Amino acid sequence: MPVLPVKKARPIWFNLSPLNLPPPGLVSILHRISGLLLFAGLVWLLYLLQMSLASQAGFENFKAYIANPLVKLALLGYLWAYLHHFSAGIRYLFLDVHKGIDLPTARKTSYAVFAVSIGLTLILGAKLW
Amino acid sequence: MVNRVIVGAHYGTRDWLAQRITAVVMAAYTLLFVALLLVTPKFDFAAWKALFSQGWMRLATFLFVVSVLLHAWVGMRDIWMDYVKPTGLRLSLQVLTILWLVALGGWAMQIIWRL
Repeated sequence: MPVLPVKKARPIWFNLSPLNLPPPGLVSILHRISGLLLFAGLVWLLYLLQMSLASQAGFENFKAYIANPLVKLALLGYLWAYLHHFSAGIRYLFLDVHKGIDLPTARKTSYAVFAVSIGLTLILGAKLW
Repeated sequence: MVNRVIVGAHYGTRDWLAQRITAVVMAAYTLLFVALLLVTPKFDFAAWKALFSQGWMRLATFLFVVSVLLHAWVGMRDIWMDYVKPTGLRLSLQVLTILWLVALGGWAMQIIWRL
């Protein structure tokens, strides 16, 4: 049997922090995280829908409820999750049909996803606030 | 030699496809919803209720809700499969996810259809 040389102890550095991912990887992990958030918030969204559609008084309650700064912040977070999941999802549909799979384009479309999701969140957030 | 072709149940492909189709339905509904809000002159209770009282809007919302349930199921199942290794726990979470989603779907339909 050949004697294998003893491996030199090399530093192992698996940095899985999302911020060290390339842009398409960041879009990917945020797609998962935003999807989880959207799932978790479904019940809350239905609660809001029910309140707003119950009656005139319910609608007023709904308006008062979403005027609360903390609720607004949560809604803004949910809006971001929706917009990120939406725009990243559109990107994936194109990738599925082999559009934009080369690296430079994939990078560009990742940046486009961030521009659209964060941009629209800020614009709609400013309007809603 | 046994010439056996192992092809599996194909549920992976089916779910993959369901994920895409439901995504397109939800995207279309989102654009429709935003467009309807934009053409609503004044956002008040009457307008909000009228929006969901129309038959076609109820039908569109129904399709949207069903799409959300299927889409969320595939996505959540992926997450449980990736991060939860003990089979019993994973199976429990998957079953709870299905029950939870079906319950939410029922509730959503109740909200829309009793208007």
